[in-house]
Amino acid sequence: MTFQNPDLAKLVFGRLTLGDIPYDEPILVYTFIGVAIGAIVLLGLITYYHKWGYLWREWFTSVDHKKIGIMYIVLAMVMLLRGFSDALMMRAQQAIAFGPHEGYLPAAHYDQVFTAHGTIMIFFVAMPFITGLINFVMPLQIGSRDVAFPFLNNFSFWMTVSGALLVMTSLFIGVFARTGWLAYPPLSELPTSPDSGVDYWIWGLQVAGVGTTLSGINMIATIVKMRAPGMTMMKMPIFTWTALLANVLIVAAFPVLTATLALLALDRYAGTHFFTNDLGGNYMMYVNLIWVWGHPEVYILVLPAFGVYSEVTSTFSRKRLFGYASMVYATVVIAVLSYLVWLHHFFTMGSGASVNSFFGITTMIISIPTGAKIFNWMFTMYRGRIVYDVPMLWVVAFIVTFVIGGMTGVLLAVPPADFELHNSLFLIAHFHNVIIGGVLFGMFAGVNYWFPKAFGFRLDAFWGKVSFWFWVVGFYFAFMPLYWLGLMGVTRRLRHFDDPSLKIWFEVAAFGAVLIFIGIAAMIVQIAVSIIRREQLRDTTGDPWHGRTLEWSTSSPPPPYNFAFTPKVYDIDTWWEMKRHHWRRPVEGFLPIHMPKNTGTGVYLAALSFIFGFAMVWYMWPLAIISFVALLAVAIHHTFNYNRDYYIPADEVARTEAVRAGA
Amino acid sequence: MSDHATHNAHDDGHHEHAHDGVEDIHVTLKGYATGFCAAALLTILPFWLVMSGAFSKTGPADAFILLLAAIQIIVHMVYFLHLNSKSQGGWNMLALVFTIVLVVITLSGSIWIMYHLNQNMMPSMMRDVHNLP
Amino acid sequence: MSDMTMTVSGGSGADQALTFHVTEADHPENATLLGFWLYLMSDCLIFACLFATYGVLGREYAGGPSAREVLELPTVAINTTLLLFSSITYGFAVLEMQHNRRGPMMAWLIVTWLLGAGFIGLELTEFMHLVSIGAGPQRSAFLSSFFTLVGTHGLHVTSGLIWMIVLMVQVGKKGLTPANKRRLMCLSMFWHFLDVVWVGVFSFVYLMGVLA
Repeated sequence: MTFQNPDLAKLVFGRLTLGDIPYDEPILVYTFIGVAIGAIVLLGLITYYHKWGYLWREWFTSVDHKKIGIMYIVLAMVMLLRGFSDALMMRAQQAIAFGPHEGYLPAAHYDQVFTAHGTIMIFFVAMPFITGLINFVMPLQIGSRDVAFPFLNNFSFWMTVSGALLVMTSLFIGVFARTGWLAYPPLSELPTSPDSGVDYWIWGLQVAGVGTTLSGINMIATIVKMRAPGMTMMKMPIFTWTALLANVLIVAAFPVLTATLALLALDRYAGTHFFTNDLGGNYMMYVNLIWVWGHPEVYILVLPAFGVYSEVTSTFSRKRLFGYASMVYATVVIAVLSYLVWLHHFFTMGSGASVNSFFGITTMIISIPTGAKIFNWMFTMYRGRIVYDVPMLWVVAFIVTFVIGGMTGVLLAVPPADFELHNSLFLIAHFHNVIIGGVLFGMFAGVNYWFPKAFGFRLDAFWGKVSFWFWVVGFYFAFMPLYWLGLMGVTRRLRHFDDPSLKIWFEVAAFGAVLIFIGIAAMIVQIAVSIIRREQLRDTTGDPWHGRTLEWSTSSPPPPYNFAFTPKVYDIDTWWEMKRHHWRRPVEGFLPIHMPKNTGTGVYLAALSFIFGFAMVWYMWPLAIISFVALLAVAIHHTFNYNRDYYIPADEVARTEAVRAGA
Repeated sequence: MSDHATHNAHDDGHHEHAHDGVEDIHVTLKGYATGFCAAALLTILPFWLVMSGAFSKTGPADAFILLLAAIQIIVHMVYFLHLNSKSQGGWNMLALVFTIVLVVITLSGSIWIMYHLNQNMMPSMMRDVHNLP
Repeated sequence: MSDMTMTVSGGSGADQALTFHVTEADHPENATLLGFWLYLMSDCLIFACLFATYGVLGREYAGGPSAREVLELPTVAINTTLLLFSSITYGFAVLEMQHNRRGPMMAWLIVTWLLGAGFIGLELTEFMHLVSIGAGPQRSAFLSSFFTLVGTHGLHVTSGLIWMIVLMVQVGKKGLTPANKRRLMCLSMFWHFLDVVWVGVFSFVYLMGVLA
């Protein structure tokens, strides 16, 4: 047979062989069985209840910013489960692998676990969380009906999903990177990492990065162009301000990531010498470039969280936010400074005293505006009538936790101290302290705060508090021991230890991780209980917390067009002013509303990007070419569609509004 | 500038239109011609200086070339990209200034950092280069 | 709703005159031109990284050919001329677009396209020549960064050419509608932006490279 040609198989499947399916690793096989059963049950249920059409029409192809925001947060929560199971595995391994005991994870697997944990938590948990919240909340806060580019928004979301899927695929086909979450060369170069791992990492992030950059452009254009009349820049809600600056940083920083990953990919695919050890390459240039992206990324994550804290603090203290203008300026200063500190991630590479002291000082300066923010939140609470609902609890936990994380950060900003603490568990404790205590707590506050806006009923407070306490206490148990271990010189990413005296600290940390696990489980219970009890938790007013900003002036959930009439703004806390002036919702005089049409193009483009990424990972050149050409063709075809919007007729608006009045 | 006056009048006259900024951009043949001549001059000058071998020292030459490039970029921005402080309500200019700041930080920062790194970490190699026959 | 407002204290009847919503139809401005400008700014940063990489690695010849040995200024001068002329011809196309003259506008677009294609053709010839004399991107860090920086610009020009064809078809089908005018202005920004990047390339890479 002429067709039984090994070259043909190689052409179609590239370097993918049956041997790349990890059927000999029990942990992965059980995971696969679990995932497969879960997927079959889920897909079966959707099919049984005939929900495919509904999902496709109402969600997957939707260009409604509210639905896209919700989908982002669902993605973040699903990926949180994956990222957290990686964390549990690491904690378990480190708690038992002492002396003669090797633990249960082989080195090759353990290295993939810590790489996947970092990659997933930053790119596919934290990023979708903030993008989702911004997507849902920001257009409502500025009194707009959608974002500036609704189709692009849908496309951005699906690109993020594609990136996440590529990373997840590496679980069951081939391997993931074993390089740490930033894949430093020369380890990540072809000779030292020849398998599919780093390629999954590159293409997963590259595909998701396209989505992130486009979504950043979209959000900036929305805030600049679509604010309600009267809302000048200094009358924007503070969350919108932080969203604006976070997206400015996204547009400024993510291209750097794209370029850096492209250069690494060229090294691996085309044999260039950017970051190699020979022929003039310089791998420290990679470290330099990746942190030009990496440091702003930290502020991309934390600024929107700061915005959430500001909104929640002022709402639950029943006070205007203290020092609005100083809050805005502090945010702007942080955004600019965040671009001037990247070298503090590699003080030890040896650029010398002048370079190190410059970046050490800029790093310390950045703590000043951050400190100002902390005081603003505390002054907002001062003499306020504070209501300790679940979102406010997260704020208080944040203030305490983040101050500790911030101060250890200033410690690390001192270059001589960094030479001691670099790459130690002290660093790990520090950045988990600011990212969990700063970003994640903020996202949980935001989810609890805006959930009733999105679904029309509140989240159950009891289970919210259970989750809160397990999370916070678990956090301290899990990470305070790491500070101590770091001070004793334990470095990060170790799989096995010789010194038995360290064991107790790792066991405490593992106990903390178990507490956090209960916290996450309580969160799932909270959502389930809330759905079951939704009639008791129902909010018919649209304003369950006595909010201050415009999103609370619409119904919960808001109609597709958000506002039947575009609001007019006179002050920062517009909704508060409207309530003060006994504003009555208009019940007549409705006009047809201009809205964008749904489209499936975003899904198709993202699916083709996934295929392209997968083909590149496995060297399936014909498939890569075909999918790339198809990608171009679909994109171009989409530009021939000029018929992208429609009008909601006035009587339909009147009907929708009447339903709300009757409720 | 007279260009400005016509620009504003144009803007005011079209309040009723669907506003997307396209009609704000008022291009003239004169503007393009001026830009083209300036750009041509600023291209020919450095090419001629380098190709004729007029430069003797690289330091000042590099600085001069970069200066001409910077001027030419401004010419392109003003005459071809029609950038002014009013386009898109000033946001285009703000975005550009911010971007230029970041580009300068990225470029000069990277080169500064990597230069010091090479000085500190590979002094022996640098000496070897100097001692080569 | 109404019982909600009652819980809020401090309202006074005198301020009732304030209206908190717009009663006429409200159309926010189209954001395409701003959004595209923001995209160009993000592209600027991609190029900034490539320039920085060239700045750091551009003298790492690794025993291979140096910039002075492989870069040919006459070719670059012709290329620069082509690109500069394509800029002014695109400008002429925009002038015709403003006067709603579709035919002449298309003609200028075709001229622009040919100039751009000439640029790409020459660049490819230059690249193939370099590879043939053993100065390919795998030879040294200098050549890696050179090929990547110049090649990325070339890829942008190529996508501009594809975009131009698509737009010509669309203008041919639909005419100079507001949507198509907006697209033509976006491509105009893209095209002139590539010229700006090229100014950086010929100054920083070619002229300074030959001098070094």
